[in-house]
Amino acid sequence: MSARVLVGVKRVIDYAVKIRVKPDRTGVVTDGVKHSMNPFCEIAVEEAVKLKEKKLVKEVVAVSCGPQQVQETIRTALAMGADRGIHVEVSGKDYETLGPLQVSKILAALAKKEQADLIILGKQAIDDDCNQTGQMTAALLDWPQGTFASEVNIEADKLKVVREIDGGLETIKINLPAVVTADLRLNTPRYATLPNIMKAKKKKIANVKPADLGVDVSSRLEVLKVDEPPQRQAGVKVETVHDLVGKLKEAGRI
Amino acid sequence: TGDQRHAGKHSRVISAFRSVSGDEGVSVGSAVREQHGRDESVHICRPPDVVVFPRSVEEVSALAKICHHHQLPMIPFGTGTGLEGGVGALKGGVCFSLRKMEQVLDLHQEDFDVTVEPGVTRKGLNSYLRDTGLWFPVDPGADASLCGMAATSASGTNAVRYGTMRENVLNLEVVLADGTVLHTAGKGRRPRKTSAGYNLTNLFVGSEGTLGIITKATLRLYGIPESMVSAVCSFPSVQSAVDSTVQILQAGVSIARIEFLDDVMINACNRFNNLSYAVTPTLFLEFHGSSKSMQEQVSITEEITRDNGGSDFAWAEDEETRGRLWKARHDAWYAALALRPGCKAYSTDVCVPISRLPQIIVETKEDLIRNNITGPIAGHVGDGNFHCLIVLDPNDPDEVQRVHSFTERLARRALAMDGTCTGEHGIGLGKRALLREEVGPSAIEVMLGLKASLDPKNLMNPGKVL
Repeated sequence: MSARVLVGVKRVIDYAVKIRVKPDRTGVVTDGVKHSMNPFCEIAVEEAVKLKEKKLVKEVVAVSCGPQQVQETIRTALAMGADRGIHVEVSGKDYETLGPLQVSKILAALAKKEQADLIILGKQAIDDDCNQTGQMTAALLDWPQGTFASEVNIEADKLKVVREIDGGLETIKINLPAVVTADLRLNTPRYATLPNIMKAKKKKIANVKPADLGVDVSSRLEVLKVDEPPQRQAGVKVETVHDLVGKLKEAGRI
Repeated sequence: TGDQRHAGKHSRVISAFRSVSGDEGVSVGSAVREQHGRDESVHICRPPDVVVFPRSVEEVSALAKICHHHQLPMIPFGTGTGLEGGVGALKGGVCFSLRKMEQVLDLHQEDFDVTVEPGVTRKGLNSYLRDTGLWFPVDPGADASLCGMAATSASGTNAVRYGTMRENVLNLEVVLADGTVLHTAGKGRRPRKTSAGYNLTNLFVGSEGTLGIITKATLRLYGIPESMVSAVCSFPSVQSAVDSTVQILQAGVSIARIEFLDDVMINACNRFNNLSYAVTPTLFLEFHGSSKSMQEQVSITEEITRDNGGSDFAWAEDEETRGRLWKARHDAWYAALALRPGCKAYSTDVCVPISRLPQIIVETKEDLIRNNITGPIAGHVGDGNFHCLIVLDPNDPDEVQRVHSFTERLARRALAMDGTCTGEHGIGLGKRALLREEVGPSAIEVMLGLKASLDPKNLMNPGKVL
C-alpha cells in the first residue's frame, strides 16, 4: 500500500492545568504553563500509527503550525511512530490569532504538496473547542469527511467510518482520499517510550512558511475579551418547606 | 469559667490558623471534619476538631508551630485512601489536609528524578510525565498521594521489578512537630546513591505521620518499557503456581508483575465480569522489556509453567487486550464485594519469604473454610505478599469477632514463618500489638526513643504505629 497519512497535531495547554485568565482579559496565561499535545490529536496519531503497523498505509507525516515550541509536539508524534514531521512556522500575533480557517488552508495545501491519501485530525482542540478544522479542510479539498470517528477501517479503496452521533453510532462508507477526525473512543494512545523518544530525535522535521504554501494567515476574527466563568455563589439553607417556597417566589422562579 | 477560657483559647487558635492560611484554609464544618477522619479501612470515623489547608511548606511550618505551642495533635492527610485507619484523630486535634500543595516541581529527565508536593497523586504524576518516556511505577490500588505513599511505605503490583517506596524515595522535605523544616538528605540533593550519614529519608518512609508532615518527596523515575506483554495461566494447585513463580524469578526473565488469584477469587471475578477463567489458582504475569526480547521471555516462561502443570498461556501485547486480560485482577476488590452485597471488605496484608507462600496460603484457606469466612485471595506472589479480601457484615458481631481472630491468627502465622504482619499497608491503628511481636522489644525501644527525640510531646498522629 502506498498510502501517505497526514496527521495534524496541536500544542495546547495541558489538560490537567488550572487555566487562569490574564489580568488584562485578552486571553489566558500561557507563560510558564505546561503544554502538551491536544488529547484528540494523540488519538489521531495513534490511529495513523496503527494503520501503518497493519501495513495499510506506508508513511505517517505529523504536521503542526506555530512557533519553535511546536517542534516538541511533533517530536512526541514521531516518538509515537510517525515517520517525519512538518513544522509550519507561525509566530507572534499571527499565532495568537491562528484559527481553524487558516489551519485548514495550510493542511489542504500540504495535502496536495505531499500527495496525501488520508488526513487524520483530532475532532477538536481542548483550548478553543472549535471542532471546525477537519470539516473545513475536507471542504477546501473537496474530499469526503468521516468526523467523530470511533472506528476506522480501510476496505479496498474506501473508508468505513463509525461515527459517534447524538442518537448513537452511524456507519458510513466514503471514498479515499478523505479527512477523518478522531473522537475519544477511537483508540487508547500509546505512551512515548524512552527508546522511541531517542529514535525520534533522528527523524526529520521540515520547516515551511505559510507563504510558501500560498496561505494568508491573517485572521478575520478579533477577540474582544476573555472572562472566567462567574464564581459559584454560596448556597442558602432554609429551615422549612414554607421558607423554601418563599425564597423560590422571591427569586421569581415560581 | 474553665469553659469560657477553653472556648476563648479555641477561637484564638482558629484565628491564628486563619491568619496563616486564610479563611478558606481553615474549616470546622462537621462534614469536612468527618471527611478527614476516615480512610478506606473498616476503622470508624474519628474526626479532628479542625481541618487546615496549607498552601506551602511555610504555612505548614507556621501552623505546626501554633499546634506545638498549644499542644494540639497534628494529623497529616493526603488522599484518605489508606487501609489501616492512619488518619483517625483519636485525640482530636488538627488535620493538615495537604491537597492544595499540588505542584510537580523539579523534573530532571536525564537524571530520572522528580520532586512532588503532597497533593500530587501517582496517576497525576504519570500523566504529567507521559511525553517524557518516564514513569513512576509504584502502583498501590488507589490513586494515592505520593507523599502519603512515602508515609506508609506503599508498594504495588510492580514491586517485584521496580521495588517499593523504600527503594524509590531519594529525599524528603518534612515539617517536624515543632515546625522545623527538615530535608532528610539535604536540601535539593538527589544523587542516585549516597552513604552520607544516617539514612533519615528511610526513617520517615513508613512513619505514617508519627514523626513529621511530609511536604515534598524526591522520587526515582524509570523509563517506560518499550514493550509490555501480559499473560494468564492457571494451575492445578497453589504449590505449582508458587513453584512456577520461584522458577520464573530464578530464570532471570524480565518479569514486572506476578499476581496470584486463588480459586475463590477467580470465581468471584468470573461472576463479576462475566468471564470464564478456569476456577483454579491462577497467575497473571506481565513482562517489560524491548520488543525484540518479548517473544523469548514469553517462551521461557511458558516452558516453566507447563513443566509445573500450568494451562495454556493466554497472552497479549497491545494495550486494549492487555487491559481486558488484567481487568479480572484490577476489579478483584469489587468482585469480592459483589459476592455479598451490602457487606464491607477488609484486606489482610501479610508477607512471607516466597518459599513459605504455599504453606501459608494452604493453611489460611483451611482456616477460612473452618471459620466460615468469605476471603478470596489475591497476591503479589513475586514478593511473597498476599491479601485475603475478607467480605463481612459489620453488623454481625459474631462474624466481626471471627474475622478479627482470623486476622490475628494469620498475622502470627506469617510471623512464625519469618514474615511480616504488613507488607504494604502499614501498622496504622490496628496492628500496633503485632508490631511489637514482630520486631521485638529492643527494636520497639529504639523506635520509641526516636519518636521521643523527634516528637517529645507526642503530637504527631498520636495512637498510631507505636
